[in-house]
Formats: sequence, structure tokens, C-alpha cells
Amino acid sequence: MKELSREEVLKIARLARLELEDKEIETLRRELGAILGYVARLGEAGADNLDPTFQTLAKPTPMREDEPDEPLGADGVLANAPRKKDGFFVVPKVIE
Amino acid sequence: MKGDYEAVIGLEIHVQMSTRTKMFCSCPVEFGAPPNQNTCPVCTGMPGVLPVINARAVEYAVKAALALGAKVNLKSVMARKNYFYPDLPKGYQISQYELPLAEGGQVVIETENGEKVIRLVRLHIEEDAGKLIHDEKGESLVDLNRAGTPLMEIVTMPDLSSPQEASAFMREVRKIMRYLGISEGDMEKGHLRCDANVSVRRRGEAQLGTKTEVKNMNSFRFVEKALEYEIRRQVQILEEGGEVVQETRLFDPSTGTTRSMRSKEEAHDYRYFPDPDLIPLVLDKNWVDRIEENLPELPRAKKERYIKELNLPPYDAGVLTETKEIAEFFEKVVAEGVSPKKASNWVMVEVMRIIKEKELNIRHLALSPSSLAKLIRMVEEGKLTGNMAKDVLDVCASTGKDPEEVAQEKGYEVLSDEGELESVVRKIVDEHPDEVQKYLSGKDKIIGWFVGQVMRELKGKADPRKAGELVRRILNEKKGS
Ligand SMILES: [Zn+2]
Repeated sequence: MKELSREEVLKIARLARLELEDKEIETLRRELGAILGYVARLGEAGADNLDPTFQTLAKPTPMREDEPDEPLGADGVLANAPRKKDGFFVVPKVIE
Repeated sequence: MKGDYEAVIGLEIHVQMSTRTKMFCSCPVEFGAPPNQNTCPVCTGMPGVLPVINARAVEYAVKAALALGAKVNLKSVMARKNYFYPDLPKGYQISQYELPLAEGGQVVIETENGEKVIRLVRLHIEEDAGKLIHDEKGESLVDLNRAGTPLMEIVTMPDLSSPQEASAFMREVRKIMRYLGISEGDMEKGHLRCDANVSVRRRGEAQLGTKTEVKNMNSFRFVEKALEYEIRRQVQILEEGGEVVQETRLFDPSTGTTRSMRSKEEAHDYRYFPDPDLIPLVLDKNWVDRIEENLPELPRAKKERYIKELNLPPYDAGVLTETKEIAEFFEKVVAEGVSPKKASNWVMVEVMRIIKEKELNIRHLALSPSSLAKLIRMVEEGKLTGNMAKDVLDVCASTGKDPEEVAQEKGYEVLSDEGELESVVRKIVDEHPDEVQKYLSGKDKIIGWFVGQVMRELKGKADPRKAGELVRRILNEKKGS
């Protein structure tokens, strides 16, 4: 079973916005490696000649008519917001 | 371009589809609503909700794909594009990746050197993000009304070679979308947004240069400005012996420059995967075929037909097909039996003047095509002079009245009795021997003065062309005597 490198773990953590302590990085190198190894066994199934299966449901794609419904609205949507102002969510400044 | 460089440009255009509701929930799509009014648990990414595809959005995207000559995939897959940003409440955007709705296709644009084919890579469906406002207190405000709005993304091959071609491409796409009735294409409302991949290389070189991605070009003018700046910047770097860095750059309309967005670099690892909440989008072949059969005549085909079948000059054909509404108005005038060139002149000059003055869409003009046809016929039959007809047209355009009625109200009638016109001309000529002398001594222009006198005498009721002919004939009679 292959362990992940420290850099790989850090990259994934960064993409997921997770802060890891050193000891956690070591644990995750092992555990993520084990998970990936387990999933990699699917690669041995010999499905080269099959179309990819994205879903196991055999139903046609459900769709809805383009008819508006009453939205929940600002009050409802903001009910659990940690910070709000004038109908907006407030977040720390994002600079581009 | 300096030092003989050429630019290689590929575009990604996001088109907002004019559906009534969002892509995956029934929240209304509406511009200018109070912040977060049009939101629900689905489009704000609450746990435990399920997206359901808007059938109309799929229909619109299929229409666009077929009109652009792309191959529609009967099975396509919605995918999650993962990144963190406060305007994206779910932490991922639902888009398409491996299996897009459509592949291939092309758009033909007009350039200085004639027509040019721009090949397309793909067309896919995705949802829009929300909007951020940065306030002066160092905070960002999030409005999720736009989050989940249905978009089409159209990706071109790197076939464009100048900023002008890029904006021509955008204009053509907007025209086609409007003809199809699937997007309002209102730039000010952000209905058409454009990112570009740009690189430069020495002319004739086969190898592509390092490209940058320029974002945030949301008007035709900004596309040109941003690309002009970016091309100049890259050429300068190469001229100075430097290397272009592959990066994302943001166009700043206030300075007309692009600047590096380092923060975006890392986010490029989007970790796409099929959205487990949405089973593959499977389309019925008959349904797609029916959409194809019912596509309207597109602007280029229409223009071609006006030139070939109606014998219009290419310029006229281009102006008349600029919007579907103007083309339809013109066609209705022609259907009333007016010659295409005459109809074209009146629509292009007078009708377009009026809609410009009134800042109206031609659909809201009180003047009907059949009234215009009637008016044109009145001029042809000599019942109105051109100037009278223009006056009448103005009234018809604001009141919707019948041109015959308006002409009557204004007391407009052209003197049909040639004898009366001739006697007036003779009277004027006899009363002005000095002016007659000037004509006889070669001052040809004086004829215009005589016509003016005749028109005044008759209060504008004469056909000036006829009056002119008569004045000349009667003056010439004096030559011999
Ligand atoms: Zn919603």
C-alpha cells in the first residue's frame, strides 16, 4: 500500500481549506493512502470495454418546467447567517 | 503589430439564458431584485437539498448548439467544479466537464479580410455564481440572487487573431442568441461575459507562445481594450528578452490594463467529478431533431437571402438583419408588395431614425408594416411628396394612425392637375425677368430658386421633381426668342 507524500496531503488540505497539525499529516498520509489503495482495486475490474456508469438509476433524467415558485427570500435564507446587513451576508473582505 | 508579432486568441463566452427560473430550482431569475430575495435552500447550498434540471434551459442550450452547428451529445453529464469563494455557497459550481452538452460547431465572423470561420470546441450548461459587493468598511457583502442562474459556456478554438475579431465574434454570438430568443444579450446586465486565452508569437512561427487567461471583459469595447493591452504587454516582454508567465489576469476597466490574479492560480485545481445528485442528462433524439427542424432563419442565412433573392446591396442586407425584429418588419413591408429596395430605404433611413430618436424597440413602434407600405405606395403614386411622407410617417409612428388619414388631416395633397402647375410656373417665370436672364446666361442652378418659388406659391403641394422639369422646359422656351 502506497503512502501519500507530505506535499500531497498539504495540497489537498489547502484545497479543502483545512489546517493540519504535523501529527495529523502523518496520520493522513497513511489513512488516505489506505483509502486510495482500497478504491484502486476497482481498477482491476477490467471494465475497459464498458461505458462509464455515472449513476445506477435506470430512470430518465427528471426535469422541471420553467415555472417560478415563491422563493424563500432574504429573511429565511439569512436566518442562520452568522453576520448579515441590509439583506446581505457579510463575510471578511475578499480582495482580487 | 510591433516587430511583426501575431496574437492567438481563444474565447470562453458565458451567455445568460432568458429562462424565468434558475437552473436547478424554481427561484425566479430577475435583474435588480432586493439582495437575496430570489433564493431558496437549493441555490444557497443548504444541506440535504436536491437540484432538479430546468427543462427550458436544456432546450435553449440545445437550440444554441444546433444553430452553431455543434454535435449535440444525447447523453451528457453534470459535474461539480470545486473551489471556495463566498459567491459560491455550495463550494462547487455545477457545470459540465468530460461529457458536455455539445461539441464542435462554428461561428462565421466578418473581418477586414472577408469572412472567417471560428471553430468551436464545445458548448455546455452551467450555473452562475452570486455577486459580491466590497464595502468601504473592509467587508464583502454577498447577494445570492444570481447564484444558480442558467448559463451556457461556449468555448472557441484559438482561431481569433485580433481584439477586433474577438469582439466581432462576441457580437455575432449575441446576434444569434437573440435571433433564437434564448438570451436577451444585455451587456449591461452581464448577459454575455467573456474570458480569453491570449498568447503572441512571431508571425509565421508554428509553436504557440505561453498564454495568459484574461478575465472580466463584459462589453465589446472592454474585450478590445483588454486584449489590446494584454497583447502589447506580452510583445513588450518578449521584445525585452523576457518570458511570459502563464497566469490568470484580471481586466480593470477603470485603467484599461490587466493585472495578475495570483490568488486564482491554486484554485485551478478544480477536482471535477460527476455530480452524484444529478443523473446523466439523456436527451430524446426525436426531441432534438424537432428543435433542429424548427430553428428560425439565422442572421447570416437571412443576409445572404436578402442579397441573392431580394437583390439588396450587402450593406442594406447587413443593417436590416442586425436584429430579428427589424428584419421581420422589413419582410412584412415587402410582403405588402413594396419593392425590396424601396422598403429597405424607408426602413433603414426613416424607421431606424424614429426608433433611435424615441429609443424604442421596433416591436413597440405604433407604425405597422402595412401602414408604411401604404405610405410608400402613396409616394409612388404621386399622392405625396417625399417630404410630406416623412412628416406623415412621424405622426403615424407616434399615433399608429392610418397614413391616408394623417395626410388628409395635414391637408397634404399633391397637385395632380398639370395644367394648374404649368400656369403657376409660367406666372413665376414671367414675374422674374432678371432671374430668367441669369438662367439664359448659363446659371443653371437658378432652377432650384424657381422651384422654391413655385412650391411657396402652391404651399408645398406640388411634386418638386415635376415642378423642376416644367421650370426647365419653360425657361428653355425663352432661349430661342
Ligand atoms: Zn433557489
